Amino acid sequence: MDGPRINRALARLSSEVVEENHGAGDLFLVGIRRRGVPLAERMAQKIADLEGYRPPVGVLDITLYRDDLSTVGAKPVVNRTDLPGDIENRNIVLIDDVLYTGRTIRAALDQLIDFGRPRRVQLAVLIDRGKEHRELPIQADYIGKLVPTKKSEIIKVMLQEFDEEEGVVIVERPLDAA
Amino acid sequence: MQTTFNRRHLLGIRELQPGEINHLLDTAETFREVSKRQIKKVPALRGRTVINLFFEPSTRTRTSFEIAAKRLSADAVNVSVSTSSVTKGETLLDTARNLEAMAPDCIVIRHSMAGAPFHLARMTNAPIVNAGDGAHEHPTQALLDALTIREYKGRIEGLKVAIVGDILHSRVARSNIYLLTKLGANVSVGGPGTLVPDEFAELVENGLRVEKNFEDAIEGADVVMILRIQRERQDAAFFPSMREYAVHYGLQPRHLERAAPDAIVMHPGPMNRGVEISSEIADGSRSLILDQVTNGVAVRMAVLYLLAGGSHTEAEERPQPARKQKRERKVSTE
Repeated sequence: MDGPRINRALARLSSEVVEENHGAGDLFLVGIRRRGVPLAERMAQKIADLEGYRPPVGVLDITLYRDDLSTVGAKPVVNRTDLPGDIENRNIVLIDDVLYTGRTIRAALDQLIDFGRPRRVQLAVLIDRGKEHRELPIQADYIGKLVPTKKSEIIKVMLQEFDEEEGVVIVERPLDAA
Repeated sequence: MQTTFNRRHLLGIRELQPGEINHLLDTAETFREVSKRQIKKVPALRGRTVINLFFEPSTRTRTSFEIAAKRLSADAVNVSVSTSSVTKGETLLDTARNLEAMAPDCIVIRHSMAGAPFHLARMTNAPIVNAGDGAHEHPTQALLDALTIREYKGRIEGLKVAIVGDILHSRVARSNIYLLTKLGANVSVGGPGTLVPDEFAELVENGLRVEKNFEDAIEGADVVMILRIQRERQDAAFFPSMREYAVHYGLQPRHLERAAPDAIVMHPGPMNRGVEISSEIADGSRSLILDQVTNGVAVRMAVLYLLAGGSHTEAEERPQPARKQKRERKVSTE
């Protein structure tokens, strides 16, 4: 998947989101750090192009809500969570680059609920690695592309904002780290 | 050079590298936001236990550690000396070993003896946080002071910081001198000659100015830190009376005229109002004393999170995963 294809997928996701929510009025996009954040920004821009209204974009850092915090060796760096405005009664669209086990989304949902009671929370992902990997009953409402993968593989999403290039590749996980 | 704080204990600032200090401050900055939420609690330390073991009186620091632990969802237990078995003659080490037997994930200790936290760190297994040991160090105070300076001045490097008052008895002064000089500030200390020992110049390698006249120390300062006169540690006559101290060394608005025009004023608390600081300054617009207290919670959250958050033994045993990729293939776009 290259840059233009990522762009087209995001355009489709954005129009699906607008259609499903009957406009952009109550929308509130929330990107999950790190790569969900630029994706959310891009989708907000596309929604603005479609509807003439740019929904607010928030940022979630789920580090403190991880369920493996006590088992990961080095403590991950905690970054800031920033939700501009009230999420009460809004239609939240959580946005992340890859949906895999579903544990990140679980953490994001828990954190989101601590900030208020949204009317509805939906999930948009650029890549869905397939249902068979899920460890929690979580599915995406909007999927850029379904990419069935093996557990021994890693999906690498590269975005200009962090990686200098754009694209999605599958990388074989090194055996000694599996 | 170390860029992340990966230690087992926080015993002092002296042994830390600038990168470790900055990691602590950056983490604290993130936690400051948690305290502004409506639900001021995150589940990061759920199921963990933090024991506050205080052998000296404290309101601010103990409450601050307790709130910090609770906002991380840890259980905080406070032991204060007046109600503990110490009054029955138990030694520090026995007290600590007994507490350790109850499997805490972190012990925060304040003690009047310099080195008490180091002793515990050597003799027990729990991560230890020094919350002030004698006249030695008070690392979380220095960290919260630095966080406050960074918040209002945007940086620490190159700033002129004056620390004035009872330097001799102050663990806050020592920790701040270490921290601020490590991060590149120009630090001067000043106060009555009896309370500003010349040996302080040897504390750090790079330029600490020791002034006998405290007004000279304040000259051009961006930050003025005022220290409390520690009545409880004044066993000898360092100055004739509190009243005389207030007259000659109490910070008045006129003293600040020699500082930088936008200088900020800090005090670690508790204040002796009208002694080392006039009410006019303490309650004035330059005073950041209450901001320091707010930042104290954020700093202690960061410290507890980094010490009690993960499992250190695992971190040491687990080999770093190799980052080499064997092959890549494009995600098909059909």
